[in-house]
Amino acid sequence: MKLVTAIVKPFKSEDVREALSEIGIQGMTVTEVKGFGRQKGHSELYRGSEYVVDFLPKIRIEVAIDDGQLDAVVDAITKTANTGKVGDGKIFVSTLDEVIRIRTGETGADAV
Amino acid sequence: MEALVETNYSIDTFYFLVMGALVMFMAPGFAMLEAGLVRAKNTAEILTKNVALFAIACIMYLFFGYALMYGNVTEGAWIPGFGMGIGAENTAAEVLASGGETYYSARSDYFFQVVFVATAMSIVSGAVAERMKLWAFLAFAVVMTGFIYPIQGSWSWGGGALAAAGFSDFAGSGIVHMCGAAAALAGVLMLGPRAGKYGEDGSSRAIPGANMPLATLGTFILWFGWFGFNGGSELKLSNVDEANAVAQVFVNTNLAACGGVLAALLTARALFGKADLTMALNGALAGLVSITADPLSPSAELSVLVGLIGGVLVVFSIVGLDRLKIDDPVGAISVHGVVGIWGLMAVLLSNGDASLGGQLFGIAAIFGWTFLASLAIWAIIKFTMGIRVSQEEEYEGTDISECGLEAYPEFTKS
Repeated sequence: MKLVTAIVKPFKSEDVREALSEIGIQGMTVTEVKGFGRQKGHSELYRGSEYVVDFLPKIRIEVAIDDGQLDAVVDAITKTANTGKVGDGKIFVSTLDEVIRIRTGETGADAV
Repeated sequence: MEALVETNYSIDTFYFLVMGALVMFMAPGFAMLEAGLVRAKNTAEILTKNVALFAIACIMYLFFGYALMYGNVTEGAWIPGFGMGIGAENTAAEVLASGGETYYSARSDYFFQVVFVATAMSIVSGAVAERMKLWAFLAFAVVMTGFIYPIQGSWSWGGGALAAAGFSDFAGSGIVHMCGAAAALAGVLMLGPRAGKYGEDGSSRAIPGANMPLATLGTFILWFGWFGFNGGSELKLSNVDEANAVAQVFVNTNLAACGGVLAALLTARALFGKADLTMALNGALAGLVSITADPLSPSAELSVLVGLIGGVLVVFSIVGLDRLKIDDPVGAISVHGVVGIWGLMAVLLSNGDASLGGQLFGIAAIFGWTFLASLAIWAIIKFTMGIRVSQEEEYEGTDISECGLEAYPEFTKS
């Protein structure tokens, strides 16, 4: 099982969610995060004082999936979250040791 | 004839009461403005300050302040006679016997005056925001509203030394606004800037306010309340000349605010490249403070200009004070102090009864007294209970450290 973590631009999060639904992903966790990569930030003036916005808002989407779904998921996210402009984000793929459904106690592939 | 005297008395008393109620509404105006310009973690504390200072002001002025300011003032004097309470009310017989000379309820006069005291006091709360101990502030409020403000008020509106010197301040650009700013400046100098505001290299770090809608709402509420502040200061409504004067005051007050907004917005655009809402809001207030020393004698067109100049001044003052490392989160010292001085000078543009000497004398006396007396009181408080929260408390926010609750418990980011 894999945990796919995607950091995407906030306005793309709905599109990514829809694309994942279409390929059969039934659950995900979304958090509002801040960060930067090569996009860096920009500076503004508030009442004459400089205000450096280093951390840009992003959305982090996490989905736990079966190994077999990995390519489809990465593909779906990449296609929908891509704008071609710097700051589109990244996808991290990590291995999950275990997954448990709290309500029923199911584990492994049944719980994904 | 008797019926007319009684009716005029009722109209003018009613006028005082309603205008007083409008000025009272400036209290939530200040509260919302300040709440919007501080960080989320300090919002509940500044709201508490604003609610409590209003209560303290009304009670201290009831017991000590009103009597000091009006009760027993010798013409031309510096030291007012001491007294307590707000005295007896006029009876119908006394009013009729006066032939209309006594034209309003004594209680209505206290009511109208007390809301001005609260306004002066609330100016201080914004300047010292985000790092002052709540109870230290309230201790200062007790002295400011009971003694410091009333004593300088006795010199002008009470009939004392400044009145004799020809000092002219219709609704209080100096007596209320510059006075509040002087107390605020003394407090800020004793207190120091917020942690992290100024870098070691001398740069100033922006600390944005948490709620622009509240700041804007607060500004508009203050604008609305100012019709009472200036309009009520005409003190009488019940004949054609007075009614016309009040209308002129409302019109001029409004237009000065408008001039202030546009001037500040354009100045901010020119200096910073973008339309800084907070500067536009301060500009509105600057316009209002500018006209407050004389909203009656200028023409409507001149009032726009007076407000406009205030709006330009306030932007430069805010930036200037920041360069001097005087940290004022809401711009109170600039809006009420620097522009208060401009307002007192602007009187000379349209009021032949005012003199340069009289205005300068008043500025020096009010500022000097308030600043020095406040400095002494802040120093006493500082060296007894302390005026600044600890570094950890400042970091976690005064909502938690002073109030034990959060203004935005679900929205707060650490």
